[in-house]
Amino acid sequence: MAEPNQTGSLQVRNVSKLFGTFKAVNDISLDIRKGEFLTLLGPSGSGKTTLLMMIAGFLDISEGDIALDEASIANVPAEKRNFGMVFQGYALFPHMTVRDNIGYALSVRKRPAAEITARVDEMLELVQLQEFADRKPAQLSGGQQQRVALARALCFAPPVLLLDEPLGALDKKLRVEVQEQLKDIHRRVGTTFIYVTHDQEEALSMSDRIVIMRDGAIEQVGTPKELYERPINQFTAGFLGKSNFIQHNGKTFALRPEKIDLRASASHPDARLSGTVRSVTYFGSMQRVIVDASDGTEIEVDIDVWRNSETLREGDAVDLLWTDDAAVELQMG
Amino acid sequence: MPALTRHIHPGWLIIAPLLVLVMALYLGPILNILWLSVTDPEPGFGNYAKLGESDALIRIVWTTVRICIITTLFSVTLGYSIAYAMVHCHQRQKNYMLTLLLVSFWISILVRTFSWLMLLGRKGLVNVTLEDIGLIAEPIAFMRNELGVLIGMIHYMIPYAVLPLLVSMQSLDMRVMDASRNLGASGSQTFWRIYLPLTTPGIVASTLLVFILSLGFYVTPAVLGGGKVLMVAEYISVQLLVTLKWGTAAMLAAIMLMGVLAMLWVMSRFMKLSTVFGGAAR
Ligand SMILES: Nc1ncnc2c1ncn2[C@@H]1O[C@H](COP(=O)(O)OP(=O)(O)O)[C@@H](O)[C@H]1O
Ligand SMILES: [Mg+2]
Repeated sequence: MAEPNQTGSLQVRNVSKLFGTFKAVNDISLDIRKGEFLTLLGPSGSGKTTLLMMIAGFLDISEGDIALDEASIANVPAEKRNFGMVFQGYALFPHMTVRDNIGYALSVRKRPAAEITARVDEMLELVQLQEFADRKPAQLSGGQQQRVALARALCFAPPVLLLDEPLGALDKKLRVEVQEQLKDIHRRVGTTFIYVTHDQEEALSMSDRIVIMRDGAIEQVGTPKELYERPINQFTAGFLGKSNFIQHNGKTFALRPEKIDLRASASHPDARLSGTVRSVTYFGSMQRVIVDASDGTEIEVDIDVWRNSETLREGDAVDLLWTDDAAVELQMG
Repeated sequence: MPALTRHIHPGWLIIAPLLVLVMALYLGPILNILWLSVTDPEPGFGNYAKLGESDALIRIVWTTVRICIITTLFSVTLGYSIAYAMVHCHQRQKNYMLTLLLVSFWISILVRTFSWLMLLGRKGLVNVTLEDIGLIAEPIAFMRNELGVLIGMIHYMIPYAVLPLLVSMQSLDMRVMDASRNLGASGSQTFWRIYLPLTTPGIVASTLLVFILSLGFYVTPAVLGGGKVLMVAEYISVQLLVTLKWGTAAMLAAIMLMGVLAMLWVMSRFMKLSTVFGGAAR
């Protein structure tokens, strides 16, 4: 729908940000491809917003460089970078109608009124807000405000769209719905999306690639599947999905709860561990079983309820089985 | 009791004693003045009719309104810049500026008025200096005219203009300005399209406050106007203390009161007054 952008790849080169002596972002390098949906995922305080603000141009870069299509933009002021941005809390203009909010970027660029009207209509349709064009932001629900913010940021067809926890203020059910819409809009406009969140489910379901951040540095970069299947350390394995950590021959392995088989005790010679069931929690699609293993550790197992009809009870003796490729060897840290 | 609170917010019961006291102490005298204006010296609207007949009265009212408008214009404009600087500078400088602002509230209006005479009078610092270095032959008439009154009044009013603007600017969400810049707006576009509209309630509050306070100005016009600039407040005092025409004085007071109420009413048609005075927008 938007005119395809020739630009939109972003190069982050050894970027750091110092607040006084505190390093909020620490030597980050990242190649962001044109048109990709890239998520910065990390706990609160890991430097996601700071990195995004440096990309947007609201914060100076202390060390390193940021380039758009290989041309440095470190010294380009925020208003000249032409990056769209959806702010945390949206930051809509409260005194303007939805239409004027969305058309603002074109209006400050002094485009002809007819062009603005046409483009705003197009954006209103994209975010399904046609009948709300003349309302003020305060008269909209949180989800609608979020869509106005998105339309406003996309209206001038920016090469890159930056989103800082855009769904943070929405309730759970609405969030899943908006995730779908956001993903759909990304497909249709082809803009590079850089998306900040601390919600791992959001990151897994939406991203082409995820950057996991901790304490201002990158822990691991990869597709959702790569990160989920091949975490390189305990932090990534624990932050993205759930994981058991198994010590074996002085090495640590990550083992996802759904990759373990539970059998009644003593029936299997190739059991890796044995233990007793401490608790069973029913989640509808699956059951979460916590097992006190004989080596003193606690193991979480997710069982498909549908295929395992035999009922487990607290105190049952069980064997734990898994295949070699289920356990992923981790680096230290 | 529960039946009562169902219709009346319990908050009202708490402030009720104060409300009664304020009514008695404020409304009483005001009603008395309205009463005087239609009964003294004789019953009827004779006092109000004078407004249409007496050129002197019309001139006084017009002078007052003109001076108040100019004072308000300058005070609010200058106050806006000062408030802007205060809100957007560093914390330390902000504290200095806030202290200076408060100090100016504590200095008596008499002191502030007379110091202008020392500074800008015929034998004041400025004129003497300019004469000494030969820039002028005759002293410039800053004082004892309308210019003097305006200088004194604007100077006195600026801190009052600053306060509502300060409140309004401090409550702004600055991310909205970031959003404007991010969308490609220059600094001046952001100011005219976003910052100024969002601080309009502060401007209205500041304008109302300064204009209404200016209407009642007495000391400054009397001292700096040198008897040539007669404003309503001074005229009322003359009627009360010298010529003893209490009816005329009461009439002018009533006119001022109604003027102020009319202004508030007009404003209230454009925006909710509670937002102007710092209440929530919705
Ligand atoms: N303006 C600032 N001054 C000092 N420290 C800051 C500033 N902004 C952020 N920080 C610090 O930098 C770290 C990263 O913050 P932020 O980027 O907001 O994290 P995130 O968005 O991942 O939650 C935090 O420890 C935060 O306290
Ligand atoms: Mg953040």
